[in-house]
Amino acid sequence: MRIVAAMSGGVDSAVAAARAVEAGHDVTGIHLALSRNPASYRSGARGCCTLEDANDARRAADVIGIPFYVWDLSERFHEDVVEDFLDEYAAGRTPNPCLRCNEKIKFAAVLDRALGLGFDAVATGHYAQLGTAPDGTVELHRAADHAKDQSYVLGVLTQDQLRHSLFPLGDTTKSAVRVEAAERGLLVAEKPDSHDICFVSDGDNAGWLREKLGERAPNHGGAIVEASSGRELGRHEGTYGFTVGQRRGLRLGTPAADGKPRFVLDIEPVSGTVTVGPREALTVDRIDADRPRWCGPAPTSYTPFSGGVQLRAHGAEHRARVTVAGDRVTLELLEPAQGIAPGQAAVMNDGTRVLGSATIVATSRIGADA
Amino acid sequence: MHDAPETLPTEQTVYLDHAATTPMLPAALEVMTTHLRDVGNPSSLHASGRAARRIVEESRETIAQALNCRPGEVVFTSGGTEADNLALKGLYWSRHDADPARNRILSSSVEHHAVLDALHWLAAEEHAVVDLVPVDAHGVLDLDALRESVASDPGSVALISVMWANNEVGTVQPIEEIVAIATEHGIPVHTDAVQAVGAIPVDFAASGVDALTLTGHKLGGPYGVGALLVRRELTLTPLLHGGGQERDIRSGTLDMPAIAAFATAVEHAVKAQPEYAERVTALRDDLVRRVVEAVPDAHLHGDLVQRLPGNAHLGFPDCEGDSLLMLLDARGIECSTGSACSAGVPQPSHVLLAMGCDVEGARHSLRFTLGRTSTPADVEALVEAIGPCVERARGARER
Repeated sequence: MRIVAAMSGGVDSAVAAARAVEAGHDVTGIHLALSRNPASYRSGARGCCTLEDANDARRAADVIGIPFYVWDLSERFHEDVVEDFLDEYAAGRTPNPCLRCNEKIKFAAVLDRALGLGFDAVATGHYAQLGTAPDGTVELHRAADHAKDQSYVLGVLTQDQLRHSLFPLGDTTKSAVRVEAAERGLLVAEKPDSHDICFVSDGDNAGWLREKLGERAPNHGGAIVEASSGRELGRHEGTYGFTVGQRRGLRLGTPAADGKPRFVLDIEPVSGTVTVGPREALTVDRIDADRPRWCGPAPTSYTPFSGGVQLRAHGAEHRARVTVAGDRVTLELLEPAQGIAPGQAAVMNDGTRVLGSATIVATSRIGADA
Repeated sequence: MHDAPETLPTEQTVYLDHAATTPMLPAALEVMTTHLRDVGNPSSLHASGRAARRIVEESRETIAQALNCRPGEVVFTSGGTEADNLALKGLYWSRHDADPARNRILSSSVEHHAVLDALHWLAAEEHAVVDLVPVDAHGVLDLDALRESVASDPGSVALISVMWANNEVGTVQPIEEIVAIATEHGIPVHTDAVQAVGAIPVDFAASGVDALTLTGHKLGGPYGVGALLVRRELTLTPLLHGGGQERDIRSGTLDMPAIAAFATAVEHAVKAQPEYAERVTALRDDLVRRVVEAVPDAHLHGDLVQRLPGNAHLGFPDCEGDSLLMLLDARGIECSTGSACSAGVPQPSHVLLAMGCDVEGARHSLRFTLGRTSTPADVEALVEAIGPCVERARGARER
């Protein structure tokens, strides 16, 4: 096959590209320029958006011996990922931009362009596996290395996208990938993993949001209110600084009556009210989600099924009863979860197989009194 | 002369990017490798030093003769970028120091970044007032606008810098008229002639310019060596301080082997220029005609007549230049989007934008440049590939 290997400049995508070559594919390395001003993105050797990362990707392509180009997707990235991220925060939700990037950029804009130019698929360094069902459906499965599994951020991919995807690292552990990179003479073998959001410099999400949101809704101050008493405990400068489940940085003068720590329970973007309360109040066992994207055929509506649900990247899997009703998905968790924020993605699994994902809109506690 | 291909990058490669760099002339390569074996710093006083110095001075004389300047007017540099920086900053500082009223630099909107960015720096750091005179739709400098800008306050103009020929679209500028406007007010003129030397007639003394940039690797010489031709009467403030080589204008140990090879290449390129121009222009015209036959809505950017022989800058509507470049590259055909890159990301060309092209149009362009080693087979290969590649690149865009 003719393959486009998306090369971030990190160790995973470099080894993925090398493996694609070894598997006999005709591989071309592509680095995605996602920043409109490369110097303004996160500096240091941890991202995928700096000049240094572009050079690391180029040098990896040299070592592997494949052609290499930079594709400028900065405008699409800004519109589809950065603006979406801001919109979500403005609405008081907590989005995961990596899912959006996979959905709209890597396996959409890049894939479309690659297919148009005569390529057959896009290969990335994500830790996830692909399989083919007897009926020919391409299945997305969790990686062999559960600690590194990245199927969560791929749960937005549809059958069409998966058919043109390649994840050469799905059967390997991260440490094995580093060893392999060193053996292959790839200079990025020791490069640290990236964890932060690539377009936020220095990992300072609150500072970045404060600057970017400007005069938009949640950038105004508001009250921090105790859930039980309705009492105002303090003020804050903008809801962007908060996420459901957050404990640190509340800066409340008055301790709780029982002396226990308080957590963010809810964010109301219009009034700017942040509600806080005890840890127990964070526990939810019912999740309503919308905008489902299914990796294969959509499940039958109104027929509940059991599955595993992952609610955040690298988070634990919760057993759940899933009911799909058109564009709405209801998840009844058999094992309650804590600190689930609207805007996050719920990724649904059947064993190791990823079924699809949906965006969380509301959470509640059914078994609260049980 | 050198009709046959000598040193193509590889056997399979169809190299159509001679404006980026062109293969070394075998004679220059020979001279350079021979002298790389020699020991002797041209500034040393002993026999080896004198031998090295002699080669440098002979090279200087060769270049002076080829371009009609005095040997003492040749200042060797590390290449075009340094020569441009030396001319702009060196002239601005000395002219401004002599008369603080002189704080304006007039240039064109289509200069190479070696000039543009040096000017931006002078504006930002030295409070120079930079006026980038516009060009017409073919990239030719608007002489009336230049005249007006000068006339608005002639005493405040420190210098004028306009490239001899444009590196992207190949447009040759009316240097004679520019010099006439400047001379009226005693304003020195610098020109970046990196693309012009060897391609079209360049006569330093006859042109009347005060400073002229040229570089080795664009005319069959090595990388890393170039020169600023600068009239003796002019004072330049140096950028590089040190041993005082090159009339104290430019310090640094002289790279004798590179300078010798550079001189060999200049001598050859200038001597071969008429024949080169005739042959390469014919080849280029053939390329343009046949590419437009294959892709009927493709169109030539730049001036039809006042143009470098080897330059074919073509617009391909609805076709991303970088997609097309990649598809051609995969077939061994090498060309350029003709624009500056930041992190390897093609930015829409400031030259095309200055010519009135919109951002889309600027992105939908490719530059093919022919040179000494180009053959009809190169054109043949491009003509064969361009139709399917454009179709494919357009398809990729419609998805």
